Amino acid sequence: MSNHHENPELRRRFPELHPPLDAQAAVVEANRCLYCFDAPCTAACPTHINVPRFIKRIAQGNVRGSALTILDSNILGASCSRVCPVDVLCEGACVYHRYNEQPIQIGRLQRHAMDHFYANGAALPRTEGPERSEKVACIGAGPASLACAAELRQRGFPVTIFEGRSLPGGLNTHGVAEYKLRPADSLREVEMVRSLGVEFRFGSEISGEAALAAIEKEYDIIFVGVGLGAMHRLSIPGDDHPAVINALAFIEGYKTAGKLGVGRRVAVVGAGNTAIDAARAALRLGAEEVHLLYRRGPEQMSAFTLEYVYAKREGVRFHWFTQPVAIHASAAGNGLESVECVRVEVDGQGSLQKVAGSNFRVACDMVIPAIGQSPLLEFLHSCRGLQLEESRVQINRETGQTSNPRYFAGGDCVNGGREVVDAVADGKRAALGIAQALEGAHV
Amino acid sequence: MSERIASPDLSVRFAGTIYSPNPFWLASAPPTNCGEQVKRAFDAGWGGAVWKTIGEPIVNVSSRYSSVDLNGQRMMGLNNIELITDRPLDVNLREITEVKKRYPKHAVIASLMVDSKREAWHTIVRQVEDAGADGLELNFGCPHGMSERGMGSAVGQVPEYTEMITSWAKEKAQTPVLVKLTPNITDIRTIARAAKRGGADGLSAINTINSITSVDLDTFIPRPNVDGKSSHGGYCGPAVKPIALHMAQQIQADAESVLPLSGIGGISDWRDAAEFLLLGCASVQVCTAVMHYGYRIVQDMADGLSNWMREKGFARIEDFRGLTVPRVQEWKHLNLNYKIIARIHEEKCIGCALCYTACWDGAHQCIHLDRVSGSGNGHATPAMYERNSKQKIAVTPIPKLDHAGAGHAGPYATPLQRIPRVDEEECVGCNLCSLVCPVEGCISMDRVDNLPPQSWEERTAGASCEKKVN
Repeated sequence: MSNHHENPELRRRFPELHPPLDAQAAVVEANRCLYCFDAPCTAACPTHINVPRFIKRIAQGNVRGSALTILDSNILGASCSRVCPVDVLCEGACVYHRYNEQPIQIGRLQRHAMDHFYANGAALPRTEGPERSEKVACIGAGPASLACAAELRQRGFPVTIFEGRSLPGGLNTHGVAEYKLRPADSLREVEMVRSLGVEFRFGSEISGEAALAAIEKEYDIIFVGVGLGAMHRLSIPGDDHPAVINALAFIEGYKTAGKLGVGRRVAVVGAGNTAIDAARAALRLGAEEVHLLYRRGPEQMSAFTLEYVYAKREGVRFHWFTQPVAIHASAAGNGLESVECVRVEVDGQGSLQKVAGSNFRVACDMVIPAIGQSPLLEFLHSCRGLQLEESRVQINRETGQTSNPRYFAGGDCVNGGREVVDAVADGKRAALGIAQALEGAHV
Repeated sequence: MSERIASPDLSVRFAGTIYSPNPFWLASAPPTNCGEQVKRAFDAGWGGAVWKTIGEPIVNVSSRYSSVDLNGQRMMGLNNIELITDRPLDVNLREITEVKKRYPKHAVIASLMVDSKREAWHTIVRQVEDAGADGLELNFGCPHGMSERGMGSAVGQVPEYTEMITSWAKEKAQTPVLVKLTPNITDIRTIARAAKRGGADGLSAINTINSITSVDLDTFIPRPNVDGKSSHGGYCGPAVKPIALHMAQQIQADAESVLPLSGIGGISDWRDAAEFLLLGCASVQVCTAVMHYGYRIVQDMADGLSNWMREKGFARIEDFRGLTVPRVQEWKHLNLNYKIIARIHEEKCIGCALCYTACWDGAHQCIHLDRVSGSGNGHATPAMYERNSKQKIAVTPIPKLDHAGAGHAGPYATPLQRIPRVDEEECVGCNLCSLVCPVEGCISMDRVDNLPPQSWEERTAGASCEKKVN
């Protein structure tokens, strides 16, 4: 797939957060692994990658075997090795924490194995078994659908992925910070899934019951892996100013659309991982000041601790209990002047109260809202018989099956927005559920 | 103020006349190839050096060494196909003289290997003694190359040759004659006895072990590669220490073999040295560790040994030399009623479960992961645990929603279900779990017996008694 996203300036500004391990360093690190039985790292991984096994294989010079061990559990092992918050997953569970030692660098070892795999042709072993006639459609080309499609293809089912955008990969391609995962690395992973025989249809946004009816007619099962929709607006005066750009649009802009411009003083609103990604990206793109405004305190932020620590170290200024109330354009022309905020207090009931008369302004010429994505309610409602709860698709967690037995679902539209590895786990579980349902139907 | 204690005396007197300021000698090998090296070694603190074997100069091949690494640790074992000295005899002799002149209180022992002719041995013995050597070491151990020419281990594998050539050397020698033994033989005592019958004043053991260290999996050529071919070499380094310790013990425990012994084989630090001394050796020889790290390691060896001796109250080497020899017995004398069992100290357990899988697959299935689940109807097998874990759904914790403990600053306790339990009724006290446990002191083997000691010999003697009575 395309390499036109490889912008040297982008590379210079976004050096990798966790650069690859040198081959011998990987062996040294792999040899530290204790090879725990029924290992806690494996249990902590949503896709249950057999971590000690893939690490042992690196130590033994069997790097292809290591990569296939990873891919056996997680077809997106390469992107997960880069974007997973390993300190709360595999590495957080490493027994070395209780032994006064650094945990094994599982993420970097996984990347080492996956880089080797992609550098050597990215060939998966041919799967034996009959081709199946039942067809599956996956809606959305993000991690959940990719994992679902790859698993079903390997079991002989024809799979088509429908994607509204022109590039596959979902947030892996468009929404993950550049210093974690580059679009080219996401796309080569999608290419590997395609090489299994998965069909992709781009620019085919499915909307409306008629479109779904047509798909239902052609396919036996539909997997819904559509993720989430547009980011929430701030809904305050001035939020329609052109210098107010939501975090995902901002990230996508510099990653895949070549937009390397950024304000001199940037205010990011929100304290989730995407807010942190946007704030750190703004610094890398050349912003002199980056302010992060959050209406609650550090204990309530949804960003992982390490993300926060890194952002702080890089110079992002955090403003807690600060709520934006208006965005002011500059008097001179078409730029921004500031974002007006109020102080917020938590009252006895735990709800937030604005402190009267506490208004102040944070000078900025760009505002990046990062307060979450809306669910794709319109689409989800058009899927017949899909039950939602709190705007999330309800599924049987073991099988991924929805309230409509022909619909399965996984990823952000089910879990409300978690990690890539969660979407992959959902997609794979759903694939097994689909295979079981289709095989059961034939017995 | 604390009392000041005198430093222990590390000096040794080997076979009566060979004095050395400490028991650490360099073995006959590349580190003792020339006088310049030996001088630097003595400056670094080595007490003695056995000169790289002197004889008719040979021609060597390239390459000569290969090694075995273990889990990232380099040179756990080293293999060589180098022959004896390739330097002219007169140069070696002159340098021995120079070294002895400058280091009169260090031990210089000449390792010798010549044709199996009486005259040849008489000549070489006279030459090196005239040069000033404090002792002689007859190289009857080298297992590669020289053995094809009727020397080295070709002599050391035949008791009659060993006895004969030892006696030839003794006919001329004024200094102690040590015989260096090959381990490439069924029972090292047969050669040790022959050397003793031939009049040897001491022994050195072990020489290297026949080996092929590895095969290059791309070219299918064994290592070391000499233009597409290899040859068996001599194996040494940490890997061979247990074999060497056993052979040292065999020699020391056999009245017909026992002689002052210079212990060799995988000695890398003071602890290794102390073990050889406890098994009766009067000095130790080191090669691989020096080839790996240089002469400087002797300072750590001397320091470690001194500190240990002080801690144990030993003023000199003779105070502890050989203490362990009577502790090695035939199996039939071991106490069958001695009973220990494994105890897992929960507060130290990190939850790796290596003891569990080792006990299940490698021992006696008496460690269980049932502290939470209970033993119920029998015990779960390792495969059952793995299957069960695979089916559990895990998700990435979101800090403010899930309040997950993982990943936050530890130390936090090992979950109870990850701490194995020992079935003390079933435990046979084999030690395996305590050997695989990565945490020092987490699994102890505790004594639980309450029967009077009884060996196999005593038990079977009792049985035959009973038979008689019946």
